Parts: sequence; structure tokens; C-alpha cells
Amino acid sequence: MKDPRIWGLKKSPWVYHVAAASCNNCDIEILELLTPRYDVERFGVVLVGSPRHADALLVTGVLNRKSLPRVLEVYEQTPKPCLVIGIGTCTCGKQIFRNSYNAVGPYDKHLPIHALVPGCPPKPEAMILGVVKALSKL
Amino acid sequence: MTLSGWQLAFAFVVFPGVIFTAGVGLLLTWVDRFVSARVQWRKGPPVYQPFADMLKLLLKQTVVPAGASKVTFLIAPLIGFTAMCITAVLLFYVNFFPSDSFVGDLIVLVYLFALPPLATIIGASASRNPLSAVGASREMVLYLGYELPFLLALSVPIILTGGKIRLGDLVMFQQAGGPFLASWAGAIAAVIVLICIQAKLGYPPFDMAEAEQEIMSGVLIEYSGAPLAVFRLTKAMMLLLLPCFLVTVFWGGLASWWAILKVIAVVVLVILIKNTNPRFKIDHALRFFWFILGALGIVAVILAFAHL
Repeated sequence: MKDPRIWGLKKSPWVYHVAAASCNNCDIEILELLTPRYDVERFGVVLVGSPRHADALLVTGVLNRKSLPRVLEVYEQTPKPCLVIGIGTCTCGKQIFRNSYNAVGPYDKHLPIHALVPGCPPKPEAMILGVVKALSKL
Repeated sequence: MTLSGWQLAFAFVVFPGVIFTAGVGLLLTWVDRFVSARVQWRKGPPVYQPFADMLKLLLKQTVVPAGASKVTFLIAPLIGFTAMCITAVLLFYVNFFPSDSFVGDLIVLVYLFALPPLATIIGASASRNPLSAVGASREMVLYLGYELPFLLALSVPIILTGGKIRLGDLVMFQQAGGPFLASWAGAIAAVIVLICIQAKLGYPPFDMAEAEQEIMSGVLIEYSGAPLAVFRLTKAMMLLLLPCFLVTVFWGGLASWWAILKVIAVVVLVILIKNTNPRFKIDHALRFFWFILGALGIVAVILAFAHL
């Protein structure tokens, strides 16, 4: 606990959900994560409606030429310091769209990303593990 | 009794001003989140959670959106915050020294409680965001809605005491002859004020100005970092001060240990209403406040004139 900013970020990461053209599977699983069953509010995680309030962006889906500028804009709208966490196998690379003219490659080529959670879709437990790993790296 | 300069400074900064009200208010927001969690069969956040939120927001980057009116955007949160600090001092001072308040302090308090919604409207309009403009217009309509029954309900204790408009007189009257809540008129008026508290706090079923699902937290959408922290702190202070105001006016004042339990009871009631009701549409809310609560308020006033 050297930097109070990092401590605050670790104790109350508010998440904003950026669905960048995913197949909706990960998005539904993220909603599952925020239900009373997993109760992530124990750790201070709150789902917020505006990127201005967010500390962590949960991105889903394969990046393409249309969604890339939107994702970058949301990232720039988020006050720093903020985390970016990729949910789903799609965020790790181009996957089945690797030969597509439209896919623009993995997220870490375009913006600083703190954790990737593979899985199609990943389990909520896996997402919690990913967020914990991203936070403990800070 | 008059306060010396140092005592006045202490009253404004430590007790019952900024530090006390903000600390207890933030604790009450934890109570809010904890009770909500228990209602949903969850465990809920730790006690220090609101303080961690506040620390994080205060130290975070503040973004002013391009094209926004910068000075207005940044000053707006401070208007509501200052108003709540003054309210805290006035309210507690009147309770502890009831013979030493000025005529019309009830009216001053009503106006001070009107400042936080005004501040959110100003800030939201300055932020140049269509969704926050929608939120601001809803906040305005809601304010017009709940102010009518609120004032009608507050006129009930004045009528019951025979035209005394000093809050200190109301407190002394209740200490002598029992709380207004015991009479029919007072009970109806207290229920009306309780529902208006719900709307003033922006809690469901009256949270349409901050509707997370449709307009992305509406009035606060462009706020980040320290200004957002000040807005949340103002909300937290209101969560303490509005129940205190209700207890002062209708339930015998704050100058006893029982008052702590009474305030907590009102807060928990507010939280339970919050957790068990879906959001109104804005026109339904206006209709509810004017035609149902307004009519109820008129009934309460008539009962008060009949001394029931």
C-alpha cells in the first residue's frame, strides 16, 4: 500500500462493460458474474453505466475495423488509472476470423491490456480470477 | 447562547458540520448497501467500502468533457455540498438549543434542501451531454412534483402548534406535548415527507434522473473523479440529514439517545422502500406527487385545522 491511488483502485474497481461486437455469450456470462450468486460487491465491484465512472473496462469480442475506433474512444473517455480486462477467447487474438479482411488483431496491439480471460465463454469464477490477477499485478 | 468564533468554526468543520456528517453519512451508505445485499440474499461489501470509493474517486483523474462550461461544471457539486454543511449545523444546533433559533429557520432548511437537486441540474446542463440533459429535465420535473406535497406536509406541524414557524418552537412543543406523529394529521404528513425523502435522495422508485439502465446514470454521466466524489458525498450527507429532519419535525427532536434509533429506523425504512419498488415513469411520478400525495397533504392540513 505505497500509493493510495492503487489501494483505492484495488478496493473499489467499478467496471464498465464494453461489448465490442462479440457473439453475446461472454456478455451474458458477465451479467451472470454480477448476479447475487457470485456477489462481487463483496470486493467493491459495481457495474456502472458511464465510462467516466469506470476503473476497469471489460471488453469482449474480436476487434474489427468498425469496433476498434469505438473501443479506443471509450478507453480515452475513461479517467486514468484504469484497467482493461479482455473477457473470452476472442480477445486473445483473431480466432476463426484470422483470414478475414475485417479483423484487426488482438487487443494488446492497440491498447494496454491488463488481463485476458480465455474461455468461450469463461466461467464467472475464471473472470474473478482474471480480475484478481490484474489487480495484484498493480 | 451565542457561539464564539472558534466554537462556530468547530461547529462547521467537525461537529455537526463537514466531518461528522460526511463520516456518518458514508457509514449510512454502507448500511444502505449492506441491507440491500441482505435483501438480495448476498453478503454485501465491507464497512470501509464507501470510504475506499471516496478515496479512489478523490484521487482519480477528473475529465472535463470538450465543449462543457468548465467553471459551472466544476462548481456545481460544491453548491449542493455547501448547502448540506450549513443544513447540518442549523439542524443540530436547533435540536440542542431549541430556544435559540431564528424565526423562519424551517423555511431556510426547506430552501437548503432544494439546493442539491438544483446543483445536479446546473452541473448536468453544463456538461453538454444529451443524456444528462434528459436527466436534468427529469430531475426538474421530479423537483416540481415533490415540493408541493413536501410543503403541504410541513405546514401541518405549523398549524398544529398554532402558527409557530420556528423549528425550535416545534421541537419544544413536541418535548412538552408528545410528537406530532401521534396525531392523525401528523402521521399522514410524516408518511408524505418519508416518500418525498425517497424522491429527494433519488432512490427507487424515484430514481429516473439517474436511471442506470436507460440514460446511463443520467445527470452524473459526465462526472468523474473528485466532482463525482463530492456529488456522492452530498448524497451520503442527505441520507443522514433528511431522516434527521423528519425526526426533528415529526418525531420529537434529536436531543436524546432514542433519536439515534429513530433515525436508523427511518433510514432502514427508506432502504426497504428502495429495494422493493421498481422505477416510476416520470409522468407517473408527477401525477403521483401532485394528485395523490397532494390530495393526501390537503387532507392532512384539514385534519390539522380540526386538531385531530
